[in-house]
Parts: sequence; C-alpha cells; structure tokens
Amino acid sequence: MAVQHVSRAQEPAKASLLYDPKVRSIFFQVVLLLLLIAGVWWIVDNTIENLRRSNISTGFDFLRGRAGFDISDTPIQYSSDSTYGRAILVGFWNTIIVAVAGIVTATILGFIIGVGRLSRNWLLRKIAMVYVETFRNIPPLLVIFFWYLGVLAVLPAPRDSIVLPFGSYLNSRGFYFPRFLWGDGAWLIVAGLVVGIGLTWFVARRAKARQMTTGQRFPVFWTGLALIVGFPLLGFALAGFPLTLDFPKAGTFNLTGGFNVKPEFLSLYLALSFYTAAFIAEIVRAGILGVSKGQSEAAAALGLRPGTALRLVIIPQALRIIIPPLTSQYLNLTKNSSLAVAIGYPDLYAIGGTILNQTGQAIEIVVIFMIIYLSISLVTSFFMNWFNARMALKER
Amino acid sequence: MKNTMIGIIGAAAFGVMASAASAATLDDVKAKGFIQCGVNTALAGFSAPDDKGEWTGLDVDFCRAVAAAVFGDGTKVKFTPLSAKDRFTALQSGEIDILSRNTTWTINRDTALGLNFAGVTYFDGQGFMINAKKLPGVNSALQLSGASVCVQSGTTTELNLADYFKANNLEYNPVVFEKVEEANAAYDAGRCDAYTTDQSGLYGIRLTLASPGDHVVLPEIISKEPLGPAVRQGDDQWFDIVKWTYFALLNAEELGITKANVEEMKNSPNPEIKRVLGVEAESKIGTDLGLTNDWVVNIVKATGNYGEIFENNVGSGSPLKISRGINALWTKGGLQYGVPIR
Repeated sequence: MAVQHVSRAQEPAKASLLYDPKVRSIFFQVVLLLLLIAGVWWIVDNTIENLRRSNISTGFDFLRGRAGFDISDTPIQYSSDSTYGRAILVGFWNTIIVAVAGIVTATILGFIIGVGRLSRNWLLRKIAMVYVETFRNIPPLLVIFFWYLGVLAVLPAPRDSIVLPFGSYLNSRGFYFPRFLWGDGAWLIVAGLVVGIGLTWFVARRAKARQMTTGQRFPVFWTGLALIVGFPLLGFALAGFPLTLDFPKAGTFNLTGGFNVKPEFLSLYLALSFYTAAFIAEIVRAGILGVSKGQSEAAAALGLRPGTALRLVIIPQALRIIIPPLTSQYLNLTKNSSLAVAIGYPDLYAIGGTILNQTGQAIEIVVIFMIIYLSISLVTSFFMNWFNARMALKER
Repeated sequence: MKNTMIGIIGAAAFGVMASAASAATLDDVKAKGFIQCGVNTALAGFSAPDDKGEWTGLDVDFCRAVAAAVFGDGTKVKFTPLSAKDRFTALQSGEIDILSRNTTWTINRDTALGLNFAGVTYFDGQGFMINAKKLPGVNSALQLSGASVCVQSGTTTELNLADYFKANNLEYNPVVFEKVEEANAAYDAGRCDAYTTDQSGLYGIRLTLASPGDHVVLPEIISKEPLGPAVRQGDDQWFDIVKWTYFALLNAEELGITKANVEEMKNSPNPEIKRVLGVEAESKIGTDLGLTNDWVVNIVKATGNYGEIFENNVGSGSPLKISRGINALWTKGGLQYGVPIR
C-alpha cells in the first residue's frame, strides 16, 4: 500500500483536460461520429421526403409483384409469372455461377502462367510474359467484347454447326452438349463418391503416418484416384445404369434438347478468367520469388528433386505471400462480373437494372445490389482469411 | 460498374433533393438558359446524331419546339443520350427537364414512377424483324417458336414479348441487352433469329445493319406503343407547357401554318389562326402559360408543324419513308387530335 501511495504522489500535477491527448482523441471521435450520423440522417430524411413529394412509390413490397419478363439463363425455376424477388434470386445465382467458375479457372490458369514466367524455358517464359502484359493492360470490358463479338460472332449459324465429338455442337448460339438424365437409384453414385472420398482421406492419413514412422511411401494419388472413380462406378452399376442421354437435335431455329451453354456466359466467363489470370500470375510469381533462394538450395542439398522441392518447400511458403492479394483478385473478379450487362448475360446487376426500370424503385434496387455484393465479398474474404490462417507459418 | 451504382445512388439521393428544392422547372430552365432533354442514344428518325454531330429526329425536334416556346429559340436545348434503363432515373432525379425518348405511355409509368406524359407524338406498335435470307420460310411472328429473340432491357417491349409468346404457347430464348447499339450488333452478328422493338424502331435499325435489304419486318403488331414526352409530377406549369407545345404543333398543321408561311399567316383574316399565333388584340394565349404570346409562332419557326417534323424525320423526307398511317391528323383519318387553343 505504501508503495502505491508513493507512486501516486510522484505523478505530475493533472494538466488541463484540453491538453490530455486521450480526452482530445475521444472528443474528436465523438464529433466525427455525430457529424457522420447527422449527415446520413440528413440524406435519408431528405430522400424520403422528396420521394414522397414526387409521388414515387417506395418500399420493398414491389418484390412480390409479377415480373412479366423472361430470363435466358435460369439456374432455378423461373417464368414470367414469377415474382421480382425470384428474378433477383435468378440473377444472384447467375452471378455466383460465373464468379465461381471464373475464380476456379483464373486460379488454375494464373498458377500455370505465374510458374511459366519463372520457367527456365525461354519461349515459355516469353509467352507467359506477353500474356500477362497484354491482359493486364486491357480494360476487362474490352476483353469481354473481344470474346463476345470477336470470337463468337465468327462461329457459324445453328444450321452449319461445328460438330464435336460425343454429340456436342458449337455455333453462334453457344456450346451444346448432351444432357444427363438420371433415373432412379442415382443417389448410389453420389453415395459411392462420398465413400470414395472418405476412404481416400483415411488412406492418405495412414500413408503419412507410415512414412513418418518407417519412411516407406505409399502411392496415395493413384489409390485415391481409383477409390474416387471406382466407388461411384460401382454405385452406377449396382443401380442398373440409370442414365439416359438427351442429345441436342436440330430444331427450326436452334438446336433443341441437350444442354446449352450460351455465348453470353461463355464470353463473360472466359473474359473474366483470362483477365484475372494475368493478375494472379503476377501474384504467384511474386510469391515464389519471395521465398528466399536458400530454401531451394537447402531442399536441393537434402536431395529433393526440383518438382518435389517446388511442391514441398517452395509452394507452401509462397502460398503465405500469395493468399492475401489473391483474395483481392477474387473480389475483383466477382465485382467485375457485373460487366455482364454489356453483353446481355442475366447476372444480378442486369436483372436488377431491368426491375429498376420496370418498377422505378431505384433506391431500393441499389440497396439490394449493395447488400448482395457486400455479402458475397464478405463471405469470400471470410473464407480466404480462414484459409490464410490455416496456411500461415506455424512457428514452434 | 461500381461507379454507375454510386452514380445512381448519388443521382437518386442528391438529384431528388435538387429537383424538389426547385419545383418550378420553368424558372430553373430560364435561369440556366437552356432545356436539358433526355433522348435515345441512337435511333434513326427519332434521335440520333447526324454526320455533323447535330442531334436530329422526331423526339429531338419536339424538345427544340419546347425550347422555342420557352426561349423563342429552338437551339437553346442540350441533349442527354440515355439508355432505356437509365431514362426514368434521369428524369426523376432532375438531371433532365423532359424525357423525349420514344417512351411508351403506361399506367405504371404515369403513377408509380412519378411521371406525367404530355401526349403521344408517335403512335407505334411492337413488331419483329428477321433476316429473310437466312430464314426464307418465315413470314409470320407465329412461326417464331424456338427462336432466339434480341430485345432491349427495361422496355415495355421486353414485357410484351413475354406476354405474346406465352399467350400463343410459343417457346423462345430472350437475349436481353441494355443498350440499343449492343442489341443491334448482336442481331447483326447472327446471335438472334429475330429482333423485336417498336415497328418504327425496326425500320430505323434496319438502316444501320450491314445489309439492310436482307431483313424484313414481319406483319404482326403485338402491342400498342403510344410514344410521347414525359415530365416529372408535381410541376403543373411545366407539364402544361410541354403538353401545349404538342397540341400547338398539331393545331398548326391543322390550320395550315408551316415554317415557310408563319409570318404571312399572322395577317390572316381567320380568327382562329390569329388567336393561335397570339396576334389577337389583348391576347393572353401565351402569358397564361408563363410564356410570351408569340410562343406558337416561335415553335413553328423553329421546327415547323407536326406534319413537317414527321415528314422530315421519319416520313417521305427521310430514309425511313414511314407513311403517316394512324399518325395522320384526325381530319385525315388518323389519331392525332390537337385540343383547341383558345
């Protein structure tokens, strides 16, 4: 007690509150917060007041109204009798589909090109460089138009379709291939897949443990492949091959039947993938170069072959540098998908825009846009942060 | 795209403020010295820039007529090209004073969207165009089952299309574009079997295709499309000015007042002509509107009467060569009927 008393007595005399940095900082933060609230309140109040005065209807009731327009790509059940809310959902799924497909392709492509830029092969290195410099320096909208008007417009009319193997066709209306129609018992195939994946995981664990203790290796990859392919096939056979194929056939105007990937989706998907892959390639290159040379030398000194060294030593360390900027690229790709409106792919932004025009509920629609895009981005960030935390260096 | 969204929000939030802060559009327009008129980005005959970069077309001339009525000078107007999707937001937010962009008058737009339509400058109907060279057997829209159809988003056309195919139990694939140029390019590239929009628009678009001769407009008209200028609700004076500019154009045609003879007509013994042209003694024909008494004279001097505007832009004096049809005056069997100016 005595000690405390002494230390308090030694404190300098309390200065004026005005000069206390802590008080000051709280004061300014409170002022800023109040200004912010007042500003937002003013905008919202003014908007509501003026909407009322100019007789524009407000509120989210319109989402229950009949949409009345058709949509070309409908991943979920939709017709012109569906509601506006349903139409927005269709747009949301279309955005998700193109974003996920684009992210997967861009990542694979980006890794290949990024590694290619560091290749010892002169030609490969230069091709990767030209690719990156070209796509990185072109606006994404131009890449989309390139794919849409440049490439797909030179494809033939439906009557002169390019015939591809397995009953597939390519023409100016897109890519047609047979649709799988599953019959009864198809769940056995899915069950087989689940069992296959589970067993592979188990085998991989055992193999690792064995290698740790005995040093003996086990061909996990081939075993896993056999399990993952074999079990679904077994299920398929047990269910009595419940599969029929619906082949595309020539109709009056277009091919009917089968599965049709429309050129709008194809060009948006290809453009987004190719564009973002250029950025990812640079991130991958930076990540690999960011791993110090001593690491690969040490790996070589241990007798690891270059491929194994890359897989076991370089890539795991490079990933720690790669993942954070990769997240930004994934978010960029998702947001760039709203450029779909230029070529008529019915994504969230395009459909929302149509609804905005039919109902005139501009503010409500923009609020919906913001909430949905924000949610998609936050979920992506959340997942990538989790992944990053998992991959981060575990210091012992 | 993010910028566009921020733009829309900004326009919606701040623009609505600006417009409401100044309910009297006429005073605003006079203060800034010109009328801001929203038009189509490119639709031959209605609004499109010519080879000198001057805006021309029926919708464009209507805005010039309003400018002439307000300022006595048809050139005091600036044009904002708008896509179908952006047009209503632009008007609601106060970015433009008049929307004259081949816009169909419907109850939803007149009520829920907060607009007022001033009249019907062109009675139209929706039709289909196909490439007859590629589809020789097709001569009716009812044969279009299974076709891909190009259409512009956010239009009544898009809704009529869905209704028509549903009503006739036909299948189709809509290919929906935001801008008319994009829809045109896709149709020209063979992405769609048919193109649908207002028939007048089809004739205009056909001229811009690579080989116009290959394309035919099918005979069916599947909807009523009364196209006309619109203003915001809540400003009756401005609404009156735009509405009566339209009636003045029709009355001028009916009375035989043209760009060439308007000065002579002032000396006409016909009391109706004298009244319309504001040369009657103690006339209040323009001042009651908030304009000058010679407002009709100014309109006709700037653009000619309705008939002249029609013929110059879409009729015999234009490459479109559309006949007056139902757009003739009521005296000649059409639907254009000018409410009396008295």
